[in-house]
Amino acid sequence: MHLPISDKIELNILHQNSHQAEKNKIKFNNYNLLCLNIMSSPGAGKTRLLEITLEDLSKKFHSAVLEGDMTTNLDAARLEKLNIPVVPITTGRACHLDANMVSGGLKLLEKKINPNLLDILLVENVGNLVCPAEFEIGEHFKVALLSITEGEDKPLKYPIMFREADLILITKVDLLPHLNFDINELKSNIASTNPKADVIEISSITKSGFDLWQDWISKKILKFKNN
Amino acid sequence: MTKCLILSMEEWAEKKNKKKIVVEKINLKIGEFTCVEPISLINTFNAAVLGSWLDSSEITIETIPFEGKCSKCNRLYFPKKENGYKSPCCNFNLEEIISGRELKIASIDFKEK
Repeated sequence: MHLPISDKIELNILHQNSHQAEKNKIKFNNYNLLCLNIMSSPGAGKTRLLEITLEDLSKKFHSAVLEGDMTTNLDAARLEKLNIPVVPITTGRACHLDANMVSGGLKLLEKKINPNLLDILLVENVGNLVCPAEFEIGEHFKVALLSITEGEDKPLKYPIMFREADLILITKVDLLPHLNFDINELKSNIASTNPKADVIEISSITKSGFDLWQDWISKKILKFKNN
Repeated sequence: MTKCLILSMEEWAEKKNKKKIVVEKINLKIGEFTCVEPISLINTFNAAVLGSWLDSSEITIETIPFEGKCSKCNRLYFPKKENGYKSPCCNFNLEEIISGRELKIASIDFKEK
């Protein structure tokens, strides 16, 4: 046996995922396809948000969804009713989508439709406020949902998720009159963690805030297409 | 994260001829502002590599402090959850992160057989 050698590599543990995410992004760019990574805890309302969003959005823009789910295709089945291309990605025991899974999902999407014909790809991540924040998938923007039933403190408890997000949607705001919830405290906690994030209050019941959210997406698509 | 670490080690070892080396230590730098709990990473790594070529390797973790910079006065500070990550000097929101997001294999100590 020889003397020990120390190889100073200074290598990011996630470099393989980052490398694949970069390849995904190049593909999205070549397709002129804007990709949003939609993240939240389970039950914050991601799928319902997409159902309502896509009803209007798909009239203006050609849209598709990659639907991340641990064990079922239930959410994908809901979105398929909107007659848009949906690819379910079942992660098994994994609590997040990674760049390889999204690459596989994109290959399946390519079999359903020519992505050059699409304007936007919405990727619904697995419900989890921890791991999805660390794993890039090649997205152009990250959108985090936070429902008011989760409590005002969540941006402080799960700071990386809310730090990484470009847009934070505060969902289920129709419940505000029924809860002892301080939305200003939540907004203050969001600003503390990520002062640069856009914030929109939204309700899938009353549809309040959906005009702002649709406007946010439309502007991002148009800016992306013009660049 | 453990899977990513093992894949990174496999990739590194391929360049070294895996059969001719024994990895003694994998020295990591993990930032405080990441989704990684060091002890959990060590435990899951040890369980995952049982019986593999990495079975005898040990993980060491250097924790990199979470440090921010006050955007008003440029002072460095250690953001605290209890204070909403705000700067203690000017009570400003956390804008610039100086360190704490590291997820790195800093070095690998190995021997040639």
